[in-house]
Amino acid sequence: MDAVLNIPLEHVLFLSIILFLIGAFGILIRRNVIFVLLSLEIMMNAAALAFIAAGARWGEPDGQVMFMFILALAAAEVAVGLGLVVQLSRRFQTLDIDRAEELNG
Amino acid sequence: MFYIAAAIAVSSSILAVTRKNASHALLYLVLTLLALATIFFLLGAPFAAALEIVIYAGAIVVLFLFVVMMLNLGRASVARESQWLRPGMWVLPAIMSGVLFGVFGLSFLGTENAAQIEGVMVPPKQVGESLFTTYLLGVELAGVLLLGALVGAYHLGRRYLDERREE
Repeated sequence: MDAVLNIPLEHVLFLSIILFLIGAFGILIRRNVIFVLLSLEIMMNAAALAFIAAGARWGEPDGQVMFMFILALAAAEVAVGLGLVVQLSRRFQTLDIDRAEELNG
Repeated sequence: MFYIAAAIAVSSSILAVTRKNASHALLYLVLTLLALATIFFLLGAPFAAALEIVIYAGAIVVLFLFVVMMLNLGRASVARESQWLRPGMWVLPAIMSGVLFGVFGLSFLGTENAAQIEGVMVPPKQVGESLFTTYLLGVELAGVLLLGALVGAYHLGRRYLDERREE
């Protein structure tokens, strides 16, 4: 593939920061567990974008390798997190994350 | 092209975070992921773009959707969401995020000569070689992590099923 575009690295990093902050903002304002997990996904994607951008800047495959690790991490996190969501709604009949503050089984 | 995809990613992720209906938010999340996959492709990482679509949009979002449907969130949950999402709660997180953005932005001010990304493709073959030689330990650790997640998710789900059977 020819080099068809010239994007400054800073712009990609800025996009990554904006997405990360949107995710953090979402975690802060929501009380529903599902939306908190969704915001976490957005934050992980922002981190992955930063890795890919850095890998593309130096033409090394390391960025994509780290992206795959992030992908595996996100899959594991979502599986366990959604299991916890199901348990939470089963026990408290709500998705309010503040209700789960006691942590006793 | 990059800036269009970036604008779509930012606006749809804002919408995803602020929706009241969970399935609408998930659809906006899919839009964000597709825009990010476009960006990955433009940055010369076609394999990462394909993985983003297949695993994120294909598997993780479907998992979310399964749970949303299993919990059967209807109109009552939308009403409860709007009760939880009062306008006053937005102010402090917005200020904090704005301050963080300002700090990040200031740290970029010193860098005058912008490093250009030319979008030269890093082929999947090179990625695979690096993954299974340099990062072999990482691959094994990821396998252990996934096994742990599998056992954990099975444990959480099974207890739920057992209790239901006893009722």
